[in-house]
Amino acid sequence: MSTASYQMLDPTAELAPQRRSRRAPPQDMGAATIALLSISKERSNEFFDTVEQRLLARGLKVERFAKPTHTKPAPEPILQAIVERCQVVMVGLAD
Amino acid sequence: MPLIAVIKRECDTCQRVVPVLAQIRQRTPLELHCQDDPTFPEALGGSLDDTTLDRSWQLRIETVPTLIRFEGEREVERIVGWDRAAWERVAQQSGLGPGLPEFQPGCGSKTQEPGMPERLALKHGDLALHSRHIEVPDPEDAIEVAYDRGWSDGLPVVPPTPLRVARMLSGTSRSPAEVIGIVPPNLVECTVEKVAVNAVLAGCLPEHFPVVLAALEAALDPRFSMHGLLATLWFSGPVVIVNGPIAKRIGMNSGGNALGQGNRANATIGRALQLVIRNVGGGLPGEIDRSVFGNPGKYTFCFAEDETDPEWMPLNVSRGFARGTSTVTLFHGDGVQGVSAQRSRTPEALARSLAMGLCAVCHPKLAEWSNAILVVSPDHYAIFKEGGWGRTEIEAGLREALRRPGRDLVQGAHGVEEGIDPARAEQMVDKFNEGGLLVVRAGGRGGLMSAVIGGWSAQRKKSEVQTVTREVGR
Repeated sequence: MSTASYQMLDPTAELAPQRRSRRAPPQDMGAATIALLSISKERSNEFFDTVEQRLLARGLKVERFAKPTHTKPAPEPILQAIVERCQVVMVGLAD
Repeated sequence: MPLIAVIKRECDTCQRVVPVLAQIRQRTPLELHCQDDPTFPEALGGSLDDTTLDRSWQLRIETVPTLIRFEGEREVERIVGWDRAAWERVAQQSGLGPGLPEFQPGCGSKTQEPGMPERLALKHGDLALHSRHIEVPDPEDAIEVAYDRGWSDGLPVVPPTPLRVARMLSGTSRSPAEVIGIVPPNLVECTVEKVAVNAVLAGCLPEHFPVVLAALEAALDPRFSMHGLLATLWFSGPVVIVNGPIAKRIGMNSGGNALGQGNRANATIGRALQLVIRNVGGGLPGEIDRSVFGNPGKYTFCFAEDETDPEWMPLNVSRGFARGTSTVTLFHGDGVQGVSAQRSRTPEALARSLAMGLCAVCHPKLAEWSNAILVVSPDHYAIFKEGGWGRTEIEAGLREALRRPGRDLVQGAHGVEEGIDPARAEQMVDKFNEGGLLVVRAGGRGGLMSAVIGGWSAQRKKSEVQTVTREVGR
């Protein structure tokens, strides 16, 4: 058995993940705007229509967003709009 | 030192020029470097020891003997092998080598032996690798370290040492620093060097590397939607089909067991692609990869098309590339479903029989939904060919046989809820969207069977999810 040291090259992207603590939920949901982000799978609108109705019935503020397609990541402008205008986001699929 | 000669004992030409070197040295200072034995040539009291090949590498020696004349530090002229007139010009002496022929070629320098250029390039800093170097206390532990760090798909990997990566990079003329594309799901830039590290892990040879690069570029083409393919609940993963002379050059299998195990190029090229997605992109099962089942092809799924019949139009030619071009075609595919068709003896009957197998793709009652590959075996192809059918006729015949009455497919028909929109009950409906069925030839003789590779259900969104073909570069 060899005891020589040995070097390997890292095959990963060598990203250093930043650990962030979970944000505290809003104290007052009534003051928050809730983003509903559909990933645009089949019937996800149906799913979010129901969710939206239930949230509105509780007097909460809701904004709807959708990825153009579930086959690709969400475009940056949609993510930015959610960050700028909402405090809570719910991402959903369906089938 | 006005003259330097580099020689090796095992070279016949070097042995024959020893008297010439002695002649030169009588009138001009001559520094001798020997690559394999510093006691050679005994008649001249030996040479400077260059068994490390450091001096030969610095002098860029490719052939021995090499004679170089310097003026100060500047090289003025060099000659390789034995050529009397050229040696006399470089040494600025006349009457060299009486009794020798006018010309005798030299031998390869030891710096050019397999793997040596990469070893010396790393040692001398001519090739800088920027990936993080990870020290492993004992080579015996290297594979376990790779497992522990999460680099493996579950099978053992080849430890990516700097030398192995350097050798992999010798398979391409592209710069190690060149960015190939943005790899999902973490959307990070991927360099040629990172692809090479993963190709080593996968077990590729340097000659496979251009195919790996082309496959990755195809996967990262936005039309292919690699992010969605990775994230899907469905079975699919990338299927790589190789066309053109590169397939034969690197020993790919398009014959018996082409879709199975046993061929290094088939096995490792597909695996390298998956390892880049895993290691560079961060695409891990159970995380962004949400597949309910996956399929064994997500370890690797790569094969070559059988292009032995010059009358057959290969897949890449049908997709707009010139015949003889080496390409990869990437498809979002599931596992293999066999179709037995042993009694058909005419092209028309065979097309109808194979179409029945193809109807099962995704679900027998879904249409214009998932795409598919039909891999036609040699024995089935012989029936088509005998009947005068080539690619055009086979594709048209299958399309016709795959057109079914909507009333049999609509939701609820035949007591099955799955199905197409009820509004289409009175239409004739195609199983696949236009261009959605890829016909490929592969496989071994002896069986009247063909293979269906079903596709990803998101292929129905044909503007967002497309099969991509890309030329293999250098």
